[in-house]
Amino acid sequence: MYRYTDFDAAFVAERNSQFRAQVERRIDGNLTEDEFKPLRLMNGLYLQLHAYMLRVAIPYGTLNSAQMRQLAYIAERWDKGYGHFTTRQNIQFNWPTLRDVPDMLDALAEVQMHAIQTSGNTIRNVTADHFAGAAADEIADPRPVAELIRQWSTDHPEFQFLPRKFKIAVTGSPNDRAVTKAHDIGLRMVRNDVGEPGFEVIVGGGLGRTPMIGKVVRDFLPEADLLPYLEAVVSVWNLLGRRDNKYKSRIKITVHEHGIDDIRARVEERFALLRPAFTGVDQQLFAQIKADFAPPAFKDRDTGPFDLAYANDPVFRSWADTNLSAHRAPGHAIGQISLKAHGATPGDATADQMRVMADLAERYGHDELRISHEQNVVLPHVHMADLPAIHAALKAAGLATANIGKISDIIACPGMDYCALATARSIPIAQEIATRFDQLKLEHEVGDLKIKISGCINACGHHHVGHIGILGLDRAGVENYQITLGGDHTETAAIGQRTGPGFSADEIVPAIERIVDTYLSERDSAEETFIDTFRRVGMTPFKTALYGESDKKQKAA
Amino acid sequence: MPAIFTPKVITANALLEGDVVYLTQDDTWSRHLADADVLTDEADAQIRLIDASARTSEVVGVYLADVSADAKGPKPTHFREAFRMRGPSNYPHGKQSEAL
Repeated sequence: MYRYTDFDAAFVAERNSQFRAQVERRIDGNLTEDEFKPLRLMNGLYLQLHAYMLRVAIPYGTLNSAQMRQLAYIAERWDKGYGHFTTRQNIQFNWPTLRDVPDMLDALAEVQMHAIQTSGNTIRNVTADHFAGAAADEIADPRPVAELIRQWSTDHPEFQFLPRKFKIAVTGSPNDRAVTKAHDIGLRMVRNDVGEPGFEVIVGGGLGRTPMIGKVVRDFLPEADLLPYLEAVVSVWNLLGRRDNKYKSRIKITVHEHGIDDIRARVEERFALLRPAFTGVDQQLFAQIKADFAPPAFKDRDTGPFDLAYANDPVFRSWADTNLSAHRAPGHAIGQISLKAHGATPGDATADQMRVMADLAERYGHDELRISHEQNVVLPHVHMADLPAIHAALKAAGLATANIGKISDIIACPGMDYCALATARSIPIAQEIATRFDQLKLEHEVGDLKIKISGCINACGHHHVGHIGILGLDRAGVENYQITLGGDHTETAAIGQRTGPGFSADEIVPAIERIVDTYLSERDSAEETFIDTFRRVGMTPFKTALYGESDKKQKAA
Repeated sequence: MPAIFTPKVITANALLEGDVVYLTQDDTWSRHLADADVLTDEADAQIRLIDASARTSEVVGVYLADVSADAKGPKPTHFREAFRMRGPSNYPHGKQSEAL
């Protein structure tokens, strides 16, 4: 894992002491809220419905056991004993008081963490495939790239007053687990015809009120050209981006208005100017960073204990079938820890649970943990022989739910239970859907199905790319939920289509049930997943299930 | 004909704690909607809003929120204000957990 250099540590300490002074000046009355707000946002501090919220970056979703334990400590010392993991690989603390935040930031710095650029119109926390460095299907580890971008973008003088926020995601695998096509810039690590490493650069993706799938602006960018090229893209947008209209300011709108060819030409022109300024220091740095991400020493051991538990313990078998993924090293697996126990808040972990996960990572997992954009925790490197013991420890902590990728593994934004921007609640809808399908015992029959819920049009819950997307709105003072179907967050990314009029909070769970029933009756076999069935049969049977036969309606009218 | 002015309260978030507060009749901030001064005159409401908004060392984000008012006191008319008054629905945190 990357370790802070003296420069990094001094930079974070300096920023924290600046912010401590800014908080004091705000409390003394020497800064107005208008002056203070951009300063607190630069340091991850929001003011939400019921309290302040501190958003802490977990760069590219990677953390070690000491960091996870410190998050647990912060949750207990200054919050209400839990944290909320988000779709951008951050953790949010929902209840800090203003005076405590500088101490929380100092506590984070002790374990090389910070909240810098988790908010505001800057380049945000860079996200990456949560299976990075572990996945069997990976071409290269995306985390050194993400760390290089973090260092380049942090406090970058040209990019502290962008038209709007700017989000970058990196994947090193052809199977996209980082939603790269829904980011301002998505980077796919690829190799060219002669085997040289580089990037496919995707630009202008995004969700929110105007969802767009990103477009390829460069098929193949040599690895050494990355930073000048990124700088070219961001600076072209920095000039063109619509500062007159918040809703048209993201790069997806710039790309849409100017067209990808025009943007590409401008970027190449700018790149030609910038490229000579990068004399190779960035590549030296990149080489050092890569060394920090050297894979752990995987031992080849007997997998006997796994085979025995798998054969004899049906609960373990179910968990193993659902929550494990293929690892690149023989005898190893990637284990996902579901933060989606049926009826619980998606993405929340208590301080005790954080410590259990930290202990397991330290004891069995080469001291590594990951946070997925799907709001779960990952043990990226575990030997299969240790899985029965890991499962038993998770079970004792309420962390052994076997539902990864299933209908109750729901992404949900905080919604109107916390967020000042929300137009409706998300969390209770997720809780009810998960509880309902658990009662019906249909979860494993239904198979792979992604439900994603947002409590407003800003789409933090990724509803546009859910197989079933749910968007909570305020319709004349009542919570109302619109459904989209057919979204896809992977390399075959697609925006879901709206089914029709929305449903009330009481009607939405039965509506989801009708959609799932329709899938079960329409699928050609148990192997055909929801999304494949939807692609084959289209919207019509689902619409009929939701709204009845349109012919009959017309006749009745 | 001008629109009928619906009853309102002045609300904000406390600067230090960040929690929801309401302006009372004697211009103090209360944590409880029941203590809020219900404003029924538009001109009066606007002046009280301007004065309250100037108290930047105490509160953040001052605005007028609609309420319905009867003998039992003000009640939120929109679900957002109901959540602000109570707290989140997934945990018994926030105001709903605090003893009066």
